[in-house]
Amino acid sequence: MSIAAKANSLWEYANPRKFLATSERVLPFFWITSAVCVVVGLVWGFFFTPDDYKQGSTVKIIYLHVPAALMAINCWLMMLATSLIWLVRRHHVSALASRAAAPVGIVMTLIALVTGAIWGQPMWGTWWAWDPRLTSFLILFLFYLGYVALWEAIEDPDTAADLTSVLCLVGSVFALLSRYAVNFWNQGLHQGASVMRVAAVTGADSEEKVSNVYFYPLLLCIIGFVLLFIALVLYRTGTEIRARRIKALQARERVSG
Amino acid sequence: MIALLLRDLKLAFRAGGGFGLGLAFFLIVTVLVPFSVGPQSSLLSTIAPGVLWLGALLACLLSLDRLLALDWEDGSLDLLATAPLPLESVVTIKALAHWLTTGLPLVLAAPFLGILLNLPVPGFFWLVISLLVGTPAMSVIGTFGAALTVGLKRGGLLLSLLVLPLYVPTLIFGAEVARRGATGMETQTPLLMLAGITAATIALLPFASAAVLRINLR
Repeated sequence: MSIAAKANSLWEYANPRKFLATSERVLPFFWITSAVCVVVGLVWGFFFTPDDYKQGSTVKIIYLHVPAALMAINCWLMMLATSLIWLVRRHHVSALASRAAAPVGIVMTLIALVTGAIWGQPMWGTWWAWDPRLTSFLILFLFYLGYVALWEAIEDPDTAADLTSVLCLVGSVFALLSRYAVNFWNQGLHQGASVMRVAAVTGADSEEKVSNVYFYPLLLCIIGFVLLFIALVLYRTGTEIRARRIKALQARERVSG
Repeated sequence: MIALLLRDLKLAFRAGGGFGLGLAFFLIVTVLVPFSVGPQSSLLSTIAPGVLWLGALLACLLSLDRLLALDWEDGSLDLLATAPLPLESVVTIKALAHWLTTGLPLVLAAPFLGILLNLPVPGFFWLVISLLVGTPAMSVIGTFGAALTVGLKRGGLLLSLLVLPLYVPTLIFGAEVARRGATGMETQTPLLMLAGITAATIALLPFASAAVLRINLR
């Protein structure tokens, strides 16, 4: 393993020991701030914002729905990046991080799908519609399932890391392709991205903007989810590293004993 | 390359190759559909293009786990990997052999099954065209899936789980061509997209398949 990376470079954290030491130091910070952000954001959003004049109190599910959906996609992007790093530079921590992130991504996708269904039932009158956005998320969910299943199926850890990385790369291309195919295939019910559009935030288009009353708690929730995701991935990567070490120790014991 | 292709074709056609299995599966799926949705001919002709596409896709999927597994078991895959022929070409030839033995028969059989499902007359032409353009992509993508799972003992189910999401774009555009053709709508856009996907997968995916196969053979 190449620990000879330059001092103060990002690649230092490819050393599992360095990674563990640092992640343990920063983890409490991430746990606490994410908990504060999510709790404050949710309480603010649920109890201290007015009901929407059309949607009533159901609008408040966006405080879970939007951050979860955002993280579901970003989690796949992170896995794509770590897979590439593994394939190019072969840092074990990178492969383990993408393994650790996948279940988190699955849960985020599920939260987005379920909260969407709960909101859709009273608003659209249906739990599920074959809307492009909904369908793409379902497909993303299938990709996550395949990715995790492949990790679980292969015994040799390096082979598993290699194969899942290639699957992640190929899967990303096909996921993107599916996104456009699905757009072509059916017109949607789901509204466009209305949170991060500049015009929406500044209020330039009054038609579809998420108004500022809802925006600040939502932003807080998003920040909270991002931090929570980082914390979970760091924590789970640490667990994976330790599991790998235990396996190595057991193997050594078997050889010497 | 041609020798390898001929070898694969011979293996598939002769005893134990399971050449007809995919076709028989396609037939059975198509026959079962009216039992499950009812025999009204108007309903059947509406869903016929989609059902035939799905049937062809599943029949294609069914034969994937034999694509590389047999060669893996008797060790000829190792020999192929050490042969002067690049592994990329081996994988491409394998996919071509799979298409000739599975995809092409499905394309030829589809119109006859279309009669069973009361497919509208203009639909036959577009069904055959869309399957002809789309099935090579299914073989190439399937080869990638087979290469991923070749060393695994319980690879069959996992293979389906991995490959089916990858089939989504092909299925969407292919079934769209057949559906539009059956209802007399314009088919050019989805057909071009389908052809684009097929061309891109044939051009690029063998490299991924070969890379994955090298990892598995290590």
